Amino acid sequence: MIEYALYLGCTAPVRTLNYELAARKTAGRLGIDLVDIEEFGCCGFPLKSVHHETALLMSARNLALAEERGRDICALCSSCTGTLAEANRILQADEALRQKINQKLEASIGRRYEGTIKVRHFARVLYEEVGLERIRQAVSVDLSGLRLAAHYGCHYLKPAEAHDHFEDPENPHSLDALIAATGAQSVLYEGREQCCGGGILGADEETALALPRLKLERAVKAGADALVVVCPFCDIMYEFQQRRIEKMHQARYGLPVLFYPQLLGLALGLSGDEVGLSLNRVKSKKLIEFAAREPASN
Amino acid sequence: MDRAIDATEMDVTLAGRVAAEPGGERIWRCFACGTCTASCPVTEVTERYNPRRIIHMVLLGLATEVLTSDFIWLCSTCYACYERCPQDVRITELMHAIKNVAVREGHVHPSFRAQVGLIRAHGRLYDITGFENERRAELGLPALAEQPEEYQQILASTGIEALVQPAEGGAD
Repeated sequence: MIEYALYLGCTAPVRTLNYELAARKTAGRLGIDLVDIEEFGCCGFPLKSVHHETALLMSARNLALAEERGRDICALCSSCTGTLAEANRILQADEALRQKINQKLEASIGRRYEGTIKVRHFARVLYEEVGLERIRQAVSVDLSGLRLAAHYGCHYLKPAEAHDHFEDPENPHSLDALIAATGAQSVLYEGREQCCGGGILGADEETALALPRLKLERAVKAGADALVVVCPFCDIMYEFQQRRIEKMHQARYGLPVLFYPQLLGLALGLSGDEVGLSLNRVKSKKLIEFAAREPASN
Repeated sequence: MDRAIDATEMDVTLAGRVAAEPGGERIWRCFACGTCTASCPVTEVTERYNPRRIIHMVLLGLATEVLTSDFIWLCSTCYACYERCPQDVRITELMHAIKNVAVREGHVHPSFRAQVGLIRAHGRLYDITGFENERRAELGLPALAEQPEEYQQILASTGIEALVQPAEGGAD
């Protein structure tokens, strides 16, 4: 049994319930045991730009909560994963820093972090611990013919050092491999490594929205039936903002965005409802038809 | 900046202040090759953001131009430059350090003021009301609870609130 504490973060459990739902269902099917820790809160990412130490204390608090329960962290949001993994890396590597942070953590909230846990993204757990072979064996619905553009985003794999270099940041492959394991086809497109722009949506909307516009254009040009993401904030940029970007540029993309666990769930024979597909805002006939496919009887 | 640099306005202590921040230590390594700017997805869509130029401005000591600017807030933290920098300047963290110095000297982007307010009020970036938990219950997802107390204690302990003066209840 693969065991983790599920780290929801701020955005996923409020804005992308389809992601959370599909992650929990597919975890259940594939032998990943996830426990909830009610006290988890913000990972610290939003305050890194403002006050480094405050952000680090917030990260350390969440790491300490998982450590108290003896569980590693499995996060759905890439920014939470990157922030907690980077905080974990520096707290594990620098004992003087860990002592300093622990003094402040104990004085303010009475907790300590000893540096004993690891932080993983849900997709990385699927890729490394469940493994492609087990996923291929569990697939029961034929998704061949579905062409999907993988969007890795940034904090899922960078900084590479914080993620143990499990991916090559210049030429990542895990998400393409995970897509292929479901039987769907992963399509290459220009600029696939590029950022969604979510990090600057609050600071400058017009600039922020210019980034997803490029990706939507390029994925459509490559003939993708949908974009596949593993982060709630990337989804906000590509899906929630898609109509607005279309209006700003008198364009029409109509590109559905799927969370990888939704795709995986459909391949495993879960229904559209079970993976929260009605909550996906951009619909397409082709996707609905694939989602309605029945599992093979053998 | 469309004028010549006035050497009498250069603040030679700026780079040292940035280097003293966590993440800013490696600014001296930069040899201005421009790999960061060539890799930057924000530079691709706007000339206003140019990481090589920002680093160079800090090294020259153009304190007011950098610290009061809007452009330092345009780093999307994608780490493309961080991974490619041949001098391992760790530019994403360096940009965080520059913004931390700006905040300490009284220049906070308003969107971050709002975020500090939200974290103080809710311990997260979103308010959890009955509506959110009803939607979650309909899907069979467990209820969320706001537990802001420990966040309030952390915020109160670091001095961030004096620097940022968060908006009440997260509204800005």
